[in-house]
Amino acid sequence: MATGEDKPRVGVDDWVASVQDRREQRSGLAGLARRVDDVVPAWARLALFAVVAASLPLWMDRGDLFAYGIFTLVYVLLGLGLNVVVGYAGLLDLGYVALFGFGAYSYALLSSEHYGIHWPSAVSIPLVVVATALLGLLLGLPSRRLLGDYLAIVTLFFGQAFVVFVNAANPTVRGKGLTGGPNGIADIDPNDLFGYELTTRRQQYWFILAIVLLVLVGLHFLSESRTGRAWRALREDPLAAEAMSMPVNRLKLKAFALGAGIAGLTGCVFAAVLTAVTSGNFALPILITIYAIVVLGGIGSLTGVVVGAIVINVSFQFLAPENPQNNARILFYLVIVLLLMLSMRPLWRLAVVLAGTVAFGLAAHVLAEAISPSWTAGAVVEGGRFAGLISDWVIIPSGHDRFANGAYIALIVAILAVTRIRGVWRTLSLVPTVYLAAVVWETSFVEQPAVARWILFGALLVFLMTVRPQGLLGTPRVEIV
Amino acid sequence: MTLLRLRDVDTYYGEIHILQKISLEVGEGELVCLLGGNASGKSTTLKTILGLVTPRAGAVEIDGEDVSRRKTSYRIAKGLAIVPENRRLFAPMTVHENLEMGAYLRKGASSEALERVFDLFPVLKDRRRQLAGTLSGGEQQMVAMGRALMSEPKLLLMDEPSMGLAPILVERNFEIIQQVHQSGVAVLVVEQNANVSLSIADRGYVLQTGRIVLADSAKALLANEDLRKAYLGR
Repeated sequence: MATGEDKPRVGVDDWVASVQDRREQRSGLAGLARRVDDVVPAWARLALFAVVAASLPLWMDRGDLFAYGIFTLVYVLLGLGLNVVVGYAGLLDLGYVALFGFGAYSYALLSSEHYGIHWPSAVSIPLVVVATALLGLLLGLPSRRLLGDYLAIVTLFFGQAFVVFVNAANPTVRGKGLTGGPNGIADIDPNDLFGYELTTRRQQYWFILAIVLLVLVGLHFLSESRTGRAWRALREDPLAAEAMSMPVNRLKLKAFALGAGIAGLTGCVFAAVLTAVTSGNFALPILITIYAIVVLGGIGSLTGVVVGAIVINVSFQFLAPENPQNNARILFYLVIVLLLMLSMRPLWRLAVVLAGTVAFGLAAHVLAEAISPSWTAGAVVEGGRFAGLISDWVIIPSGHDRFANGAYIALIVAILAVTRIRGVWRTLSLVPTVYLAAVVWETSFVEQPAVARWILFGALLVFLMTVRPQGLLGTPRVEIV
Repeated sequence: MTLLRLRDVDTYYGEIHILQKISLEVGEGELVCLLGGNASGKSTTLKTILGLVTPRAGAVEIDGEDVSRRKTSYRIAKGLAIVPENRRLFAPMTVHENLEMGAYLRKGASSEALERVFDLFPVLKDRRRQLAGTLSGGEQQMVAMGRALMSEPKLLLMDEPSMGLAPILVERNFEIIQQVHQSGVAVLVVEQNANVSLSIADRGYVLQTGRIVLADSAKALLANEDLRKAYLGR
């Protein structure tokens, strides 16, 4: 409020009125992203996403389009569905992935060789969506009485029960196992557009993209609607919502059903694209990934879900076992450097640690080689220029199993020690610790891609969530005390 | 005509007996205050009235109808509204959205009710697009009251309106309560601050460890020696 006077007067507080002018202008990339996020209207964002996403098949090859394009879109859809339940209504639903599985299996049963039923998508997809929504409604019933952790446990049980049912129960229907047990169901029909079968990756990709865009538009309007606002109120303060006489239980069930419907829809396209489903596709790791997407993007934000899905899936595929090991290595060193960059102030400390680590490694390497050449005779996994540099820096003895285990334990001790030390000594002790991490990486994890992938994935998440606890596009919570 | 009547209400939290044979009433257009110290059962009384807890014995009557077994939404539809303790606004939602939530039962904000709230609290009209969490304590209190008034209640329940406010804002707050009262709404104020609430009330009840120990006109209560000692500190 411009009063013409800069000097605050006693007893006149006007900062509330001018709160918007007093918002801290964040510098750097985060600030720029925030401002762009504030300024760009929703429809422009959607249009940008649509244009960029639709052009993907024009320059990506088939395999990449499958791994990066289609899978990202599937994750976007899954994230959008979960976002309704967790983000809008604030209900901790850990059985969500089972609904995705239910949708996929239902579609598989209605459109495959398994029972010889081949219903067109125009019939099977709506049917599956409605059925999954009803199942979601059932799953949501405990939320009438249970919230938070308790609801999480009940729904988690449902999720696990689904996997067991599909795998082990496999009841015989019409002389055949309903779910195919551990083998799952194969030869699933592709989706079709009123009879026209979508068999190429491009067609499938564009089909799913169209669905994603429709769901995005629908959810945008929903979140601005009366129901959307009521969900947010419910999430913020269930007791106050109840006292305002909102139909709390009905609102919860609505969220569950809608989220489930989207999960079922995703199941339909997922099963059709993969042409086969097994229970492993709907187990806990997928649930964790979907949660990671929603939490990373910023709970409750549609743009956040899209960005989260892109970040998670792209980094995940980048680390896939069939990709070169060097990918994981590059990411590993990148994460370490980024972590140091973000946590080290002032900058000279960062420089000291980085230069110190490099020098420390070179010295240690020379020393080890001088003592016994066999200490550095181990081979670096995979060649390339980067790997060559690594082999001159990291100590890798020939036949290094015991050395690797020792280094691993030493690393844990070193990390614990670093957290206990303060000041300059911490900076100094970081040097051998970072180096040890590199040694452990090169001697243990690089040889176990499956483990390394998850560890890196976890590290990436921890890193991102430390930097932005509210998610990439989430708004920090304002607490009323 | 009696709007709200509690008849010998007994409320338990699990096995613990909280309210013991509470009886009170609020007539149409009356301003009644319910006084009590910490842990005297004030909030439980309000929760019992609203149906957030169910009494084990006794009856809650609104407009002469026994609503003891009715849901909260039913009671609110009968003309109750509450301004909760600590206001409990929906912080990341705008002032306008908060007000709208108060009229949820009426399918969106009735523009008439909205106008009335803005007439009562003109400052909220300027702040309508601002997030409720960024308002000052006094303005938040106005939003909480406005939100409650959106359902056009016959009886407004207020849970400790003076909590956490500067003395001058407490006074202003009670002026607002009086203003709301003068517009024809009955008010039940639950308070620790005996002085300021009795100064505007018609009648008062004093609650102590779950029992009503005093019930009289506000004037008489202000003159009551025991009450002065216990609550007014002089």
